[in-house]
Amino acid sequence: MKIKPRILLTGIVLALIMGGAGLIQPTPKKLPVPPGWPQPNKNLLSKNPITEEGFQLGRKLFYDGNLSKDGFVSCASCHQQFAGFSTFDHDVSHGVNNTFTTRNAPSLANMAWLNAFHWDGGVNHIEVQAVSPITAHNEMGETLENVIQKLKTDPSYPPMFKAAFGNETINSQRLLKALAQFTLSLVSANSKYDQVKRGEKTFSNIEQKGYDIFLANCVACHKEPLFTDLSYRNNGQSLNRFNDVGRMGITGKKEDSLKFKVPSLRNIQVSYPYMHDGSIFSIPQVIDHYTSGIQKDQSTLDPLLKKDITITQRQKYELMYFLFTLTDSTFLKNPAFGMPPS
Amino acid sequence: MNKIFTRWFTACFLILTVSISYAQEMGTLRFTFQHIANNQPIVLNDSSYVTPNGESYTIKKLRYYFSNFNLTGNPVLEDVHNYQLIDLAKKTSFDIPVVAGSYEQIGFLLGVDSIRNCSGAQDGALDPMNDMFWTWNTGYVVFKLDGSSPASSADRNRIEHHIGGFRFGQNVSTPLMFSWEKDNPLKIVSGKITEITIVLNLDQYWQSKESIWIAKEPVCTLPDALAKKIASNFPYLFKVVQTKIHEN
Repeated sequence: MKIKPRILLTGIVLALIMGGAGLIQPTPKKLPVPPGWPQPNKNLLSKNPITEEGFQLGRKLFYDGNLSKDGFVSCASCHQQFAGFSTFDHDVSHGVNNTFTTRNAPSLANMAWLNAFHWDGGVNHIEVQAVSPITAHNEMGETLENVIQKLKTDPSYPPMFKAAFGNETINSQRLLKALAQFTLSLVSANSKYDQVKRGEKTFSNIEQKGYDIFLANCVACHKEPLFTDLSYRNNGQSLNRFNDVGRMGITGKKEDSLKFKVPSLRNIQVSYPYMHDGSIFSIPQVIDHYTSGIQKDQSTLDPLLKKDITITQRQKYELMYFLFTLTDSTFLKNPAFGMPPS
Repeated sequence: MNKIFTRWFTACFLILTVSISYAQEMGTLRFTFQHIANNQPIVLNDSSYVTPNGESYTIKKLRYYFSNFNLTGNPVLEDVHNYQLIDLAKKTSFDIPVVAGSYEQIGFLLGVDSIRNCSGAQDGALDPMNDMFWTWNTGYVVFKLDGSSPASSADRNRIEHHIGGFRFGQNVSTPLMFSWEKDNPLKIVSGKITEITIVLNLDQYWQSKESIWIAKEPVCTLPDALAKKIASNFPYLFKVVQTKIHEN
C-alpha cells in the first residue's frame, strides 16, 4: 500500500504539534475484571485511570528504598511478591532503625475491589494509604517532602512522571496516584480454584472435600470470589500485647472492640503467619483456633463463632488442601509485578 | 422567513454577548486574617497568653481550613470550589474570584467536606504534605493548635489540639457565615479587589459555648467527643472587622 505523501506529511506535522503540546496521552491499561466477579470500586479508579506509564512509575516507586529515611525500606520490603505481597515468615514487620510494626503486613491482591485499607479499615482510599507507611516512624520513617526531593534529583524519575502525567512535575498527589495504579493492578485470579471455576481443571478428591468443608464453615465471612466479605469481625483472639482494639480505634465505638477486617484467603499458603498480629504461624493452627481457641467470653465476639465449629483431624487437612488451591503462582511469579530492571 | 431567521439570530447573538460579558465581570474577594489573643496580635513561639480560664500558654502552630464558599445576594452564586489553608507561620491571606455584584452573605465551611476526605490523594491546600492529614484514620485536621502551657500535664507541657473528623457522628467541619446589612452589602467590583479583614479571637476558642481547660484537655488528636466539644466553639472564633475596596 502506498501512502500519499501529503497525508503522511500531515500526519507527521500533527504528531509533532501534539507531541510539542504534550497531547500524547499515556496508554490506557485496563484493569482485568475476571468473569463472574463484581465490578471494582469506582471511587478508587474514576479519578485515577490506570495507564501503562503510570503503572510502570508506580512499580518503580513500590520497589524504591528511597521512599524511606534510610534508603533501604521500600514498599516491597514488607510486601514481598513471593509471599503474596505480605512479609514472609514475619509476625510483624521491620521498619527503619530496627523498629518493629505492631501488625502483620497484609497480603496484597485484588485491592480494586476493597472499600477500606489496613486491618482496622482506617484508610478509606488506596491513594492515601501509602502516606501511612511512608511517614510512620516504625515503617519507612520519611517525610513526603524528602521523598519528593529525592525523586526530583533522581534523573530517572522526571521523564517517567512526564510519561505518566503529561509533564515532569513531581508532587505527592502524583506519587500516590502512581503507586495506586500499580497496587490496584495486582489482580490475583488464576489459582487452581479459579481454573476449576472456569471449567479448566477439576479439584482432586481431597480438595473437593476441603471445599465442601470451607462452604459449610468459612464462606460466610470469606466470601467468594474475593474470599472476604470486607466486614470487620472479632474472631475470638485475646487483646494482644499492643492493646490493639482494631476497628474501635477508628470508630470510637465500644461495639467495634477487637474487630478486624476479614482478610482475603487468596495466596494464604505463602502469606504466613496469620491474623492481624501474625500470632498464628500455620494453617492447621488457624483451623485449631476456630475449633478450640476462640475466646467465647468476649462481648463483641462474632455471632457466627459463638456456635462450636467441629472439624475432624482428617477434615482439617482436607480444608488445608483446598486452601492451597487459592495459590496463584502466575500472580506470585508474574515478572510485570516484580522489581523493575534497573 | 429569512427576516425572521435574521432577527432570531440577532437576538441569540445579543443574549450570548451579554451573558459572556456578564460572566466575565469578575472581581476578587480577598480574605485577610488577623489572629489575636488577650487583645494582642498572636506571635508564634514567643509571647505568652492567658486563656479566659486563667491558664497561660504559648502558641507554636495555628492552622485551619476555609473551603466551599458560597455567596448570597445579587447575583446569587454558589459553590466557589476552593480550599484554603491558613497557617499563621506562612499564609494569612487568600483571594477567591467572585462575580461582580452585591452580596449580603458569605457562607463557607471551616474545614473540609466529607467528599474530599474520601477521594484519595489531593493537591494544593489539601496536599498531605501540609501536615493537616491523618494517615492512620484517613481525614483532614480542620483546626490545629500546638503550643505549650505550664498547666499542661502532657509530655513537655505540650498543647496538641488537632481537631478533625468527618464521619457520621465525628464531623467537626463547621458551616459558618459572614453577613452584611441589606442597605450596605459587600460589593465586588469588576477588576478590583474587595478585602475583608477577619479577626480570629483565640480567647473564644477556650471559652465561648464550651469552656476548655488546658489542665484537663492538653491533647486532642482523635475524631472523638472531645474534638466535637472543642469544635462547638468554632462558630464564635471569627469576626469580620473591616471591608475595603482597593482602588487599584
